[in-house]
Amino acid sequence: MSTLKGSGPQTFDGPTPDDALHEAAALQGRDTEPRHGKGKAAPMLAADGTPLKKSLRRALRAQKMRALLLIAPLLIFILVAFIAPIVDMLFRSVENEIVADTMPRTVVALRDYDADSGEVPGDAVFEAAYYDVFIAAERKLHTRLGTRLNYEQTGVSSLFRKSGRGLDDIGEVYQDQFKDLDGDWDKARPWAELMGDPEWIADQEAWDKDKDGSMPRFRLAEGISDLLPRTAEHYRIFARFAQVEEGDSPLKEEPWTAVHTALYQDLAEVDVSSYTGPGAERLKAADALVASPGFKTVNFKEAFAEIDRGWTEPAIWQTIRLYSPKYTSGYFLNAVDMEKTVDGIGMRDENERIYGLLFKRTMFMSLVITGSCILLGYPIAYLLSNLPVRTANLLMILVLLPFWTSLLVRTSAWKIMLQQQGVINDTLVWLGLVADDARLVMINNQLGTIIAMTHILLPFMILPMYSVMSTIPPYYVRAAKSLGATNWTTFWRVYFPQSVPGIGAGSILVFILAIGYYITPAIVGGTTGTFISNRIAYHISSSLNWGLAAALGTILLAAVLILYWAYDRIVGIDNVKLGG
Amino acid sequence: MAIESQAIKRPAPFAAGVVGAAGGFLGIFVGASNGSVLLGILVGFVLAAAAAFVAMQVLDEGMERPFKWGLLGLITVGGVLLGGLPGLILGAIFGWLFGWFIYWVGMGRYRVPLPPYLTAGQVLWHYSFRMLCGVIFVFLITPILVVMPLSFNAQDFFTFTPEMLAFDPAGYSLKHYKDFFTSTEWQGALRNSLIIAPLATILSVSFGTLAAIGLSSEHVPFRRAIMAILISPMIVPLIISAAGMYFFYSRIGLQGTLLGVVLAHAALGIPFVIITVTATLVGFDRSLTRAAANMGADPVTTFFRVQMPLILPGVISGGLFAFITSFDEVVVVIFVGSANQQTLPWQMFTGLREQISPTILAVATILVGISICLLTVVEMLRRRSERLRGMSPG
Repeated sequence: MSTLKGSGPQTFDGPTPDDALHEAAALQGRDTEPRHGKGKAAPMLAADGTPLKKSLRRALRAQKMRALLLIAPLLIFILVAFIAPIVDMLFRSVENEIVADTMPRTVVALRDYDADSGEVPGDAVFEAAYYDVFIAAERKLHTRLGTRLNYEQTGVSSLFRKSGRGLDDIGEVYQDQFKDLDGDWDKARPWAELMGDPEWIADQEAWDKDKDGSMPRFRLAEGISDLLPRTAEHYRIFARFAQVEEGDSPLKEEPWTAVHTALYQDLAEVDVSSYTGPGAERLKAADALVASPGFKTVNFKEAFAEIDRGWTEPAIWQTIRLYSPKYTSGYFLNAVDMEKTVDGIGMRDENERIYGLLFKRTMFMSLVITGSCILLGYPIAYLLSNLPVRTANLLMILVLLPFWTSLLVRTSAWKIMLQQQGVINDTLVWLGLVADDARLVMINNQLGTIIAMTHILLPFMILPMYSVMSTIPPYYVRAAKSLGATNWTTFWRVYFPQSVPGIGAGSILVFILAIGYYITPAIVGGTTGTFISNRIAYHISSSLNWGLAAALGTILLAAVLILYWAYDRIVGIDNVKLGG
Repeated sequence: MAIESQAIKRPAPFAAGVVGAAGGFLGIFVGASNGSVLLGILVGFVLAAAAAFVAMQVLDEGMERPFKWGLLGLITVGGVLLGGLPGLILGAIFGWLFGWFIYWVGMGRYRVPLPPYLTAGQVLWHYSFRMLCGVIFVFLITPILVVMPLSFNAQDFFTFTPEMLAFDPAGYSLKHYKDFFTSTEWQGALRNSLIIAPLATILSVSFGTLAAIGLSSEHVPFRRAIMAILISPMIVPLIISAAGMYFFYSRIGLQGTLLGVVLAHAALGIPFVIITVTATLVGFDRSLTRAAANMGADPVTTFFRVQMPLILPGVISGGLFAFITSFDEVVVVIFVGSANQQTLPWQMFTGLREQISPTILAVATILVGISICLLTVVEMLRRRSERLRGMSPG
């Protein structure tokens, strides 16, 4: 049974433009060579009068273009459907925009914070964190950020979840006092008139949901952001959020309590006596209230501490500071059992190191599987390549049938055979070789994975070995024997070296396939027989730590690509053989 | 002309020893199932050695056929006494085997297929090697063979029940197949598989064939790099492809859609199409297309009337590879698909993880049937194309 050979060197009987081009160049080179003072010969011409060289080059270019045009659709398809996702995954393994996106003010405020000092940052940071977490909670993003930071420091997740609820209390203190002064401070319309551009208010009033599509974009009233900078900023954020995310008109929605907090902060600092716009009286009264000694205020730091003591520990601030850049090596460090700490990069605690172990186990088990495939595949390939073609073809079916059978069928067959109440154990018990209460444990451990995967990958070892061995001429072996070599010497010194390329090709193929295996270890591997891919799947679907999954995937991919490169160098990608 | 090896009758004690050893080996199992391994070995050895001795020493050569029948009968009766109906079948098999083995060893027939100059050690090695290969073949094929009878189990067990081993018809039933054909879940999964796989195959075959033709023309810039990219879906571990596609397709809204799964599977099938079609194109005689062009056919006509019929076997086997890739694929569909795209392998995977029902075995048997059909088609196509290639020049 001969193999489907890859497109190796191609043979062409007919002349091609390329050949002709070389020929023409050679001819011209000879002709143009100034010899014995002769003049330059005229260039050869094609039938239409253009120089032959030019016309041939044009034909060659057309041929190249046609080939590329034929390839282009597929190449684009693969780039979009396959390469782009891989690149996206690589990007995800370093991407860390969530911290800077969700807590922009805190990140800025923390810039001057000395993480090594071991002290809690100042009030400015807590103020920034108040607004950031408040807005994030309104957008329901704070739990996501909490989950993200929880990968780096346990406990952060619950900290954020609690704070999302608790921060409302701060604003409510101010809201209540303003409301008691004037009921308008808790109403949507007066707020909108104070903060919004009159033109916008008119537009928004005229807006009809069914006719006009999206709402007119909120605009701040002129000069208000100079007068009340914080209030204006947060009212604008609120208004845009109400318009875009919830589809509500800011004219009908009372603002968040954070806006009241901002108002208090502004009034405590600025003088509003010169203000004459809408609601001026109300604002001045509020200013007077804030200035009055009985006005209740809340300290941000204390409020945070009240929600959770965790906020008063430097660790959380250090973590936020460490992970504030848009790109991070954190996932990669995590994937190799390291972590970023204040003192720099260090190994994780002994009991938290799992990935190094998993990588080592994946490598080790893949090597064992490759080794057992060589051991089992070599005799078969040898036998097949030395039998008469007809018998070899028949026996080849026994190799190809498993190759073509669904992976899940083979995996489930092994599960059935290996389990404790399974076929092998039952047979052994029936034969009396194993006691009924001492059935062998062959599944949900490394042994199960190794047996099942060796079986599944064996055809990938046999087929390349076979195709190499069937090209080894038999007369070397005969010559060695007739020169007096023993059987062993003949095999080891003459036959084996010629079969090494087959072993190499098969081994790399099996190893590449083995280290990325997911299904079989997931079904028969239990906890000790799982691979790194199972961990990747776990992080994607269960723990949702996509960044870590991407980092682990990138490391695995790098290993595979190195092997792929080696395979290409040794075997050539287009010499991959399929079946027979 | 090679010198033929002759079958020379061996001394009776030699035959008795060898056959006795085999009998002793068998005795281990018989003895173990009946209580005493040691006794089993001893009895096995003595009985087999005695049979061989009688056949070689006492009976003359004309008695071969009656002796074999007699031995078969005796061992079968012994099997029935020891193990009932299964014992009958095993007894018959081993009775025949021993009859053949005694004469094969005793008459020196094992020498016939080998060159006459081999030493005894080499002959022993030859047959041990064959035995070893036999064991490996058994390892390769047993898992597939075990699944089939188990799928007819009348009980919800994943192992052979005593009724099955006793060949009691009550131990067998088609209920798992009935489950498969009546359960809406499995039928939905089958339908999804039958929608996704052909669509993905059509995509990868049409793109792949065009590209393979482009790649096989000799002036392709960056041929190596392009080839590396096109083959990469086969090399990159599935879990990485799945993860990448999951992230990326959820960004562009393809995650959880039929289109997303089809695109993903088409990408995975493309390397197989590329490999098989380029392999076929190696043997394609390019002067045929030039001749067609010379006679006035436009490129499209040339492609469909001249090139396509000749490379069709390669295209079809590439398509079958792509089909089976998609039809068998679990990892990517789990991540890229949603519950609406649950395919047959996905359903099996969940079934295996949660141990729901042996319906999986019925499905497995059906899938084995499908793969046998596909394998047959691919092999036939391959041979046909080899034959054609052998005849056509170049």
